Amino acid sequence: MKNYDLVVVGGGPAGLGAAIKARENGIENILVLERDHELGGILNQCIHNGFGLHVFNEELTGPEYAEIFVEKLRESKIEYRTNTFVLNISNNKVLDIINDETGFEKIEAKAVILAMGCRERSRGALKIPGTRPSGVLTAGTAQRLVNINGYNVGKEIVILGSGDIGLIMARRLTLEGAKVKLVLEIMDKPSGLERNINQCLNDFDIPLRLSHTISDIKGNDRVESVVVAQVDENLNPIKSTEEEIKCDTLILSVGLIPENELSKSAGVLIDSKSNGPIVDENLETNVRGIFACGNVLHVHGLVDNVTKESYIAGEKAADYIKALA
Amino acid sequence: MFDVIVIGSGIIGSYISRELSRYDLDVLVLEKENDVANGTSKANTALVHAGYDAKPNTNMAKFNVLGNSMFDKVCDELYVPFKRPGSLVLGFNDSDKNTIHDLYEKGIKNGVPGLSILDRKQLLELEPNIGDDVIIALHAATGGIVGPWELAIALMENAMDNGVSLNLNTEVIDIIKQESSFLVKTNQGEFESKILINAAGLFADTINNMVSNEKITINPVAGEYFLLDKTAQNLVSRVVFQCPSETSKGVVVTPTVHGNIVVGPDSIEILEKEDKATHKDRLDFIKNKALKSIKNIPFNENITNFTGLRASSTTGDFIIGEAKDVKGFINVAGIKSPGLSSAPAIGLYVSNLAVNILGDVKENSSFNPRRKKPLVFNDLTDDEKTEIIKKDKKYGNIICRCETVSEGEIVDCIKRNAGATTVDGVKKRVRPGMGRCQGGFCMPRVVEILSRELNIPMEEVMKNSKSSYILTGRTK
Ligand SMILES: Cc1cc2nc3c(=O)[nH]c(=O)nc-3n(C[C@H](O)[C@H](O)[C@H](O)COP(=O)(O)OP(=O)(O)OC[C@H]3O[C@@H](n4cnc5c(N)ncnc54)[C@H](O)[C@@H]3O)c2cc1C
Ligand SMILES: Cc1cc2nc3c(=O)[nH]c(=O)nc-3n(C[C@H](O)[C@H](O)[C@H](O)COP(=O)(O)OP(=O)(O)OC[C@H]3O[C@@H](n4cnc5c(N)ncnc54)[C@H](O)[C@@H]3O)c2cc1C
Repeated sequence: MKNYDLVVVGGGPAGLGAAIKARENGIENILVLERDHELGGILNQCIHNGFGLHVFNEELTGPEYAEIFVEKLRESKIEYRTNTFVLNISNNKVLDIINDETGFEKIEAKAVILAMGCRERSRGALKIPGTRPSGVLTAGTAQRLVNINGYNVGKEIVILGSGDIGLIMARRLTLEGAKVKLVLEIMDKPSGLERNINQCLNDFDIPLRLSHTISDIKGNDRVESVVVAQVDENLNPIKSTEEEIKCDTLILSVGLIPENELSKSAGVLIDSKSNGPIVDENLETNVRGIFACGNVLHVHGLVDNVTKESYIAGEKAADYIKALA
Repeated sequence: MFDVIVIGSGIIGSYISRELSRYDLDVLVLEKENDVANGTSKANTALVHAGYDAKPNTNMAKFNVLGNSMFDKVCDELYVPFKRPGSLVLGFNDSDKNTIHDLYEKGIKNGVPGLSILDRKQLLELEPNIGDDVIIALHAATGGIVGPWELAIALMENAMDNGVSLNLNTEVIDIIKQESSFLVKTNQGEFESKILINAAGLFADTINNMVSNEKITINPVAGEYFLLDKTAQNLVSRVVFQCPSETSKGVVVTPTVHGNIVVGPDSIEILEKEDKATHKDRLDFIKNKALKSIKNIPFNENITNFTGLRASSTTGDFIIGEAKDVKGFINVAGIKSPGLSSAPAIGLYVSNLAVNILGDVKENSSFNPRRKKPLVFNDLTDDEKTEIIKKDKKYGNIICRCETVSEGEIVDCIKRNAGATTVDGVKKRVRPGMGRCQGGFCMPRVVEILSRELNIPMEEVMKNSKSSYILTGRTK
């Protein structure tokens, strides 16, 4: 079994920042594992501007922001493996990994940093009633299909949720020639940044309805329409306000949840509020030597904050490893 | 000229076809959808009922009890997930007590083995999360759970391995009874056969009424469900029913063969045979009912909701047999619950019937009851994982993170007989998209693989039905 001082799970901004910081703090033997074919995490599909204002004082695109860290990682000669999926982490820090070239392998680490990012909440989590046609998808999935695969996902679009990803996609899809008819937000104020409300909705005359949700989805094959309704103080749809809106696509931007499978497999306790691991001020979990940072810990709106957090995790993991010697 | 044409490839049509493939016959299956098991066989509670429920001496009682006993063998032969966790019917009051004793008696009459009546204390030892008001239960040791569409797909694959033909996207629109054969008209041309079997589920009335003067009517009765995450799997380990009362049948809380929890269904007669919508009020009703059986059901771990449509005939029983006025035309209609549980017995019975009508039929000497074993990456040992990735690196590429499904498994399920052609077809066979993220992560990747393996443009990959397109063209 191969041994490392530090194994970082996830090659997004959190994992990259943590690995780089650990190296700066004297840890030699580091491995970063990433399931995708390239490093950078979710940033690779965020081709819009708005990253790095706080850390670098300039507006970068997602891939540009990621590239800075990937460069640094290479300069520091930190070992990394892409196309490598971590299947399991045991509580004594043995990782089961697979790679399509090298096959299945177990590796052992003195310390582990969890940086697997998050996933999007789906229709099921919201229990939206109605039929189950094609054309209902999450904003991140739509973003991947449009920006990475190069395909459009629909022509007449309604977006549920005013999170930043949904707002960014409202603009992106409009620029691709789709008609974004409406953005709905169940709360009485938008959840995304004001900047995005202005630049992604107002600049394109896309209406935003607050205190509204979707109470029904229609269409047997493809979405044909959605029923939109105002909500009462308990956030339940008010029947008398229902209005049917024709569309072929419903995009959900209704929140993110930390990716918890691996954390749980290692015996890491999960906070019922943040939905991420419970950590102390060193970002260390209840399992000694396992740390967490970035969206896997709690969902961050700004990547700059992820980076700052990742530096802490990298430094504290380095301290932990050095104290073992 | 075919010996037999089977209309419909749900669990019933698939089972009949597989039984017919034991004989030296030319068999053709016509299915209007783009996949096997896209009708009722896809959306049900997936239970293999013990058989105490049906009225003695009905078709339902006869086929259910026999069918139940046949599951172990067929699921072993075809590598289909099946378990016998046993089932419980809960009683909450004195009138339920009587019902439970009645069910017990009925079960004995129907020949159901392994029945016993439990008091609350015994029950709590089996199921600690049982509701506070439960006082008694009927326990049936033979109650089982199965992967219903997995079984239908495996049966059709095996039938095709043994020589049966399947035409998908082929809708029967008219039937002409000729001298000693049938002319079956479809949207894809005409086909002729000596025997015609009607296994068209909800539309079995339409098919029957095309040739027989003994008209039948099938009404859709909807049932809605919650499907909960595997994180809820310790909630119950058995199938938990409620005592049927005059006002309601009661809902079920049950584990699935894959470790999720299913809660439902209700039972509402509806008008539209294609209306599979879910409704907030009906789901709320189910939720409140279920909470009487089992405490603290984590409905916040819901991953999807769905609706199944029972094909209910006006006779109340399964309609199985040759139509009185049309020789060679066999109805298998009104197959509502316990149709899945009865499928093995119905398949055998109907295939025998067809063979008897045809007369002088030889056995298929090369019949193989097994299909090629599907490899489930997640179930392999560490060494086996290394081994298979060495042979085919596609098994080292994980496409679905929730269910840990590799690219190798997806390609395999597309390439088999009765293989997947759609995103949901892949999902039914090897489960990417079944997990808590509901395909958010894997869907684009599955579309890519389907497009590559079927050699069709990405835009032509469908989610499920023929017009359920996913992509609308290239970006600028
Ligand atoms: C769609 C979207 C749009 C955003 N837009 C903006 C914006 O405009 N401006 C801004 O400042 N911030 C934005 N953010 C926020 C910011 O990008 C994220 O907070 C940040 O990328 C999170 O970094 P991370 O490293 O924690 O997670 P990620 O970037 O998600 O990286 C996690 C990595 O872990 C890998 N991984 C997961 N599980 C495994 C496993 N089992 N084995 C191996 N590898 C694994 C994943 O493949 C991924 O590469 C956006 C976020 C999202 C999701
Ligand atoms: C809510 C619910 C819960 C249930 N729970 C259980 C249970 O727990 N246990 C149990 O034993 N049973 C259960 N059942 C019953 C069971 O699901 C059915 O009995 C069984 O699936 C019926 O199978 P089938 O093959 O007859 O019908 P289907 O699966 O509907 O197949 C019929 C096929 O015929 C095709 N077809 C129709 N018309 C045409 C045409 N004109 N041309 C070509 N093809 C056509 C359809 O496309 C379809 O594929 C339940 C049913 C429901 C609805």
